[in-house]
Amino acid sequence: MESNNKLVFSRRSFIRTSALAGGGVLIGFNLFQACKPEAKPPVDISQLNFNDFNAFIKIADNGMVTIFSPNPEIGQGVKTSMPMLIAEELDVPWDHVHVVQGALDTKNFTRQVAGGSQSIRQGWEPLRQTGATARQMLVNAAANKWGVDPKDCSTKEGYVFNSSGDKLGYGELVKEASVLEVPEEVSLKKPENFTIIGQDVPNVDLDKIITGQPLFGLDYKEDGMWVASVLRAPSFGLVLDGYDDTEAKKVNGVEQIIEFKNRIAVLAKDTWTAMKAKSLLKANWKEDTTLESTEYHDEKLLNLLNGKEFNTMRSDGDVEKAFAQADQIVERVYESPFLPHNCMEPMNFFADVTDQKVRLVGPIQTPEGTARQVATLLERDVEDVSVEMTRMGGGFGRRLYGDFAQEAALISNLTKKPVKVVYTREDDMTAGIYRPAIKYKSAASIKDGEITGYHLKEASVNSNMYGLIPNFFPAGAIENYRVDVAKYNSNITTGAWRAPYTNFLSFAEQSFFDELAEILNKDSIQMRLDLLEKVKGTEDERIQYSPERLQNVIKEAVAKSGYGNAAEGVYQGFSAYYCHNTHVAEVADVVMENDVPIVKKVTCIVDCGIVVNPLGAKNQVEGGVIDGIGHAMYGNFIFSDGAPKDKNFDTYHLIRINETPVVETHFIQNDYAPTGLGEPTLPPAGAAVANAIKAATGKRLYKQPFVNELKVKAPLG
Amino acid sequence: MPVYSIKINGESHSVEADPDTPLLWVLRDHLNLVGTKFGCGMGQCGACTIHLDGSATRSCLLKVSMVDTMEITTIEGLSKDGTHPVQLAWKEIDVPQCGYCQAGQIMSASAFLAQNSNPSKTDIRDAMSGNLCRCASYNRIEKAIETAASKMS
Repeated sequence: MESNNKLVFSRRSFIRTSALAGGGVLIGFNLFQACKPEAKPPVDISQLNFNDFNAFIKIADNGMVTIFSPNPEIGQGVKTSMPMLIAEELDVPWDHVHVVQGALDTKNFTRQVAGGSQSIRQGWEPLRQTGATARQMLVNAAANKWGVDPKDCSTKEGYVFNSSGDKLGYGELVKEASVLEVPEEVSLKKPENFTIIGQDVPNVDLDKIITGQPLFGLDYKEDGMWVASVLRAPSFGLVLDGYDDTEAKKVNGVEQIIEFKNRIAVLAKDTWTAMKAKSLLKANWKEDTTLESTEYHDEKLLNLLNGKEFNTMRSDGDVEKAFAQADQIVERVYESPFLPHNCMEPMNFFADVTDQKVRLVGPIQTPEGTARQVATLLERDVEDVSVEMTRMGGGFGRRLYGDFAQEAALISNLTKKPVKVVYTREDDMTAGIYRPAIKYKSAASIKDGEITGYHLKEASVNSNMYGLIPNFFPAGAIENYRVDVAKYNSNITTGAWRAPYTNFLSFAEQSFFDELAEILNKDSIQMRLDLLEKVKGTEDERIQYSPERLQNVIKEAVAKSGYGNAAEGVYQGFSAYYCHNTHVAEVADVVMENDVPIVKKVTCIVDCGIVVNPLGAKNQVEGGVIDGIGHAMYGNFIFSDGAPKDKNFDTYHLIRINETPVVETHFIQNDYAPTGLGEPTLPPAGAAVANAIKAATGKRLYKQPFVNELKVKAPLG
Repeated sequence: MPVYSIKINGESHSVEADPDTPLLWVLRDHLNLVGTKFGCGMGQCGACTIHLDGSATRSCLLKVSMVDTMEITTIEGLSKDGTHPVQLAWKEIDVPQCGYCQAGQIMSASAFLAQNSNPSKTDIRDAMSGNLCRCASYNRIEKAIETAASKMS
């Protein structure tokens, strides 16, 4: 059992308190600073101003608690779940807590780092310590008043109690608490005493979302702001070779048209005018580098897979020998296309560049990095650049990149005007930073009916899997094991896409093991359990997953889904995967309707340790599974002459409600520290569906999207 | 530029705009009603859904010059204080993830339930198939509409 019951911490350097003129106490702390694994306390806390903190807890003299958080919310629920951790240890009822997004307050929020799927895992201890520190100060204040030892006091629901039964509300103690020393040591609750963690807490922005209040970057506006629509090269590989803006300039409301970095920006008084004028620009483009197509990528990647130039990421035993001595070698190739992110809120950003400062506002997951990039781009001091975050209409990895913020900054710098850049959907889908196209070759050597060797080769566009992945399953389970990678450098921009690499690797691996079990005439569940059994007690510290926890979700998935005992006409597919520190197993139920396989239900078992907010957590699980199925089934992003074939949702198929299975979620109950949920339920979904389709139709799927291989237009749900 | 008088959420507004300006951008940029969202600009995603004389309509496809005297309702005017049964059901089920598409979902759902107060699951899935949710909160959208339907009937 991992330790999550440590009782003593010394983290006061992250925290400072101050009495508020209007009553109450303000506790400042560095939210993400404290959460960074490599975090170091500032050298001298007394020299820090409140502006140096990026998150605050305010306890008013009526006992109400406000948590100011600069937390970037992309839909993964951390704006709700992270304050829950603070409130738990502060020991206040959740309905006394008000969460305020602090992102638009430049004065108080000067350091901001976006979360990610690591938010809860990394925030688990520091955020609870912050709440516990504030609680201890209130206890110390009450003990002083009563003249008793703080050790003889307890707290509950916003009150401090002593052993004689007296009680004082937090609001009555804040004035005194604010002048006390910050305690060096605080104790944290044991999980069995949690009152908020583990409860269903609704999204803190619910009221604003359902009434249409301004929250998102696209909703941001200020006086004097111009909207910019940008014409970019229609194909990767083209550069601008002159343009005619006569017709565009005639549009009423157009302010200015400028050329910059192979792009043309139209500034207008409103969004529609800018977009309309942009569509009237006549630009000439010339070929600068190769205009690549999907067939070209397929050829390059297959050549890499069949070639000899690889980087070896991990090598155990002797794979070559195992393959040379094998009775049988099973080798399969799995293929995936590029994928656009398609956040529902198209990319956008506001910039106001003046001689004094560079002010950026918008939806971004990496404000610090973006500030640095813009400072470099404009040759400004990074201190001149401020980034204010809005709520994000989806991220999925796309908003890790600040290319749209850089565009806004460049345009504002050239025009000396406050500008908001707004992408059309076509801009968003064609000027993407895509999930790279990837192909895997999975090979296994078989001797005397057992798997003796496993050799995985990856051929990817622009970048290869990150270093932890070769230490996921089946590393440690097969004696002779090797992971080799190779890449082709393309002019098409690529980057992180929800669960990078594993979003497709999991499909390849879990389809391959399903087929191996079939070839070996073994039960696929028992084969997985037996392989995991071999990893138990390993001394290999590189191994990322827990074989016990993976076995556990597998067994639970069998039990909850009735795998192996499905009703007549229901075909089931199994998949289990570890990534992002979380263990997941999924079973897909498929039925045939008019010879088309329909995914009716997915049973999903998740071990993410303690579930902080089950209501929000289930939402993430459901969304991850359906997103995984949607892209495996329909995500078809083809390039032709350097340009994406699909540019909007009329031809690009995103999964819709009538194609959606019911997701039944079960969490493993345990006391492990919590891990991420934004990504890990997505990767196993593709293989669960593919294995179910195999059971239903006899056809193995090796290539995404499945619709192409199934030769049906759209298997509707 | 022509001036149009349009009725939104029970109030008359005078708007100066080119005739081909989509109602979506009149709402968002001219009138500051930003609850109606831009998603695709071609009626494929449903993020911009409003009610036009009570029917769910994609405001990105509707030119301001076509609106005439028709009654327009946006998410801001669906109820005074967020208490329309569909909004309450969205809260009860905790539907949103990123939240961007949800105003359009709620507008589609409320117009649909006004016409069919006792829908089957298939009815709901068909009626809502024009609204994309990239976070895939579809299971909850379905559940919230069932909840709202049961409270409205």
